[in-house]
Amino acid sequence: MEEVRVLLRNVDRINPVSAVDYMNEGGYEGLKKSLWMSELDIIHEITESTLRGRGGAGFPTGIKLSHAHNARSKNKFVLCNADEGEPGTNKDRILLSKDPNSIFEGMAIAARAIGADKGYIYLRAEYPYIVPILEQALENAREAGCLGDNIFGSEFSFDIEIRPGGGAYVCGEESAMIESMEGKRGEPRFRPPYPTVQGLFQEPTAVFNVETLANIGPIMYRGADWYKTMGTKKSHGTKLYTISGNVRNKGVYEYEVGVNLKDLIYEAGGGIPDGRKLLAVQTGGTAGAIINKHQINMPMDPAYVADSGGSMGAGDVLVIDNTNDIVDILDNVLSFFVHESCGKCTPCREGSMRLYQLASGIIDGTTTSEGMENIRELCETMRLASLCGLGQSVPIPVLSCLDNFREIFDEYIVRNEKNKKIAAGGAK
Amino acid sequence: MNTSHTPAMQLEQVASLAREFKGKKDQLMLVLLKAQKITGHNALPEDVAVVIAEEMGVTKNHIYDFATFYAMFSTEKRGKHVIRVCKSTPCHVNKASNAAHMLEKTLGIKMGETTEDGQFTLEHIECIGVCDRAPAMLVDDEVYGPVTEESIPGILSKYQMQGEEI
Ligand SMILES: Cc1cc2nc3c(=O)[nH]c(=O)nc-3n(C[C@H](O)[C@H](O)[C@H](O)COP(=O)(O)O)c2cc1C
Ligand code: SF4
Ligand code: FES
Repeated sequence: MEEVRVLLRNVDRINPVSAVDYMNEGGYEGLKKSLWMSELDIIHEITESTLRGRGGAGFPTGIKLSHAHNARSKNKFVLCNADEGEPGTNKDRILLSKDPNSIFEGMAIAARAIGADKGYIYLRAEYPYIVPILEQALENAREAGCLGDNIFGSEFSFDIEIRPGGGAYVCGEESAMIESMEGKRGEPRFRPPYPTVQGLFQEPTAVFNVETLANIGPIMYRGADWYKTMGTKKSHGTKLYTISGNVRNKGVYEYEVGVNLKDLIYEAGGGIPDGRKLLAVQTGGTAGAIINKHQINMPMDPAYVADSGGSMGAGDVLVIDNTNDIVDILDNVLSFFVHESCGKCTPCREGSMRLYQLASGIIDGTTTSEGMENIRELCETMRLASLCGLGQSVPIPVLSCLDNFREIFDEYIVRNEKNKKIAAGGAK
Repeated sequence: MNTSHTPAMQLEQVASLAREFKGKKDQLMLVLLKAQKITGHNALPEDVAVVIAEEMGVTKNHIYDFATFYAMFSTEKRGKHVIRVCKSTPCHVNKASNAAHMLEKTLGIKMGETTEDGQFTLEHIECIGVCDRAPAMLVDDEVYGPVTEESIPGILSKYQMQGEEI
């Protein structure tokens, strides 16, 4: 299994803040080409590439550009989502700190395509050490004529500003991010209207993940046909995978879309150290499915993973070894959602808390088969009635975990019921 | 919320910072993050909030409503340095709770508390994006990991020394 370095091509090879270094490696060629193309031709090329958003939801990037392009307004914005809050996701950090120009280039091309002259990078508060890198890189890019007024001597002007986050997972959700950038609590908005119609400061705003943006330069430079030579029949290009948890080689790797999960764990990740065994894998971050060791022979192709009930999310692979207890893992996952639910809607605010109590009760002995029924009902309510993707996705880890580790949960419940009976008997 | 008495010089610094962003409510995050550093207690006490509210043209209530939403802010005094220990699943399976206990023991405080000398506050945080260094933590703006029994004293002494110089 060979790493294919398209997005990571410059990592640790060039000075990340140097626009000149970046250009010496073919950087900004995609933007230069775009400057002489019509807006519709740029959007057509990106649509043809079949690029899908890398922030988790997998929305086709070309379609998003076209929506923002069609929105009528003098002011439009390109917003780079650098909130990277999903536990087990480190890939955007690598791009932001090691090749920021690839993000600027993608933003500039997107701006050129939709008719925007201003871009923002919403950078999570947990990455404060990246601020000086981005600031220096922006300054150098302006000086080299890659950003600012009349880019590369053309009519097109575009500049980028950094906006900090405050430490809230929900602000990775695009409408919550926009609220946050307007100086408000980061609570998701009702939609429609979608951000491409009415986003930041009520103006059309196209929000893209960091990795999505890094794909755009190479696509414009080398063409959609080249891009489609990589990947599977249904999903093209490369993907950054973050491998974390109980593996030898934790880190971020780039492979063609569709590599096998098993190979990611045992080849890229180097397997599990110290003779321990695999217990479970969570793909797609804390909001993703938890599967057992018999299910890992699976291509990491968004289309395929979705068919199997999971989600590839942002390409995360969390490896969990057999020194862990799966119920404790579920407990930990739910404590995350309790902490990060913004509280705007009841199903998510109360549902997460109740699920967490029920999961803790499995270990403590208070949750019985009735409680397990409640878990499933709560999940259904949250999926249907939550306002945003946070609440809607909580059922994914919970239900997959219950289903894929049924025997373990059954054992706990049998024990809990038995103890309850004994306790009841003792009270008589 | 404490009605603490922030030194006049710090208040003046906060005021001039906030003045730059008068009427720019969208820059509230930046202003509060910087203000919190100026206070030296990693917090936004009431007198600081009042100054920001006046200078930026937003209400004090809005500032508290905003600040209490985000994990990075505190309305109560914290230590000079804030240690944020990751508790999300990738760190959790790398025994993050052991790291957290060791820090509690070494500092003699529990999660959420501040040492008596006002040097350190210990907090939990969700994934800080460096899962390859699990179990990981942030001390102010700096990343550390893997956090082990052996590495903790060295890390802490770095900040204790800073404290002595001042
Ligand atoms: C709770 C929640 C958290 C999210 N966090 C992120 C994030 O950290 N980074 C990101 O790019 N997208 C995140 N998203 C997805 C964004 O809402 C949005 O779909 C994405 O930024 C669009 O970019 P893309 O099409 O390039 O993927 C999150 C969504 C939800 C519901
Ligand atoms: S689903 Fe959860 S995070 Fe989303 S708006 Fe409702 S309470 Fe907030
Ligand atoms: S889970 Fe701790 S840094 Fe990601």
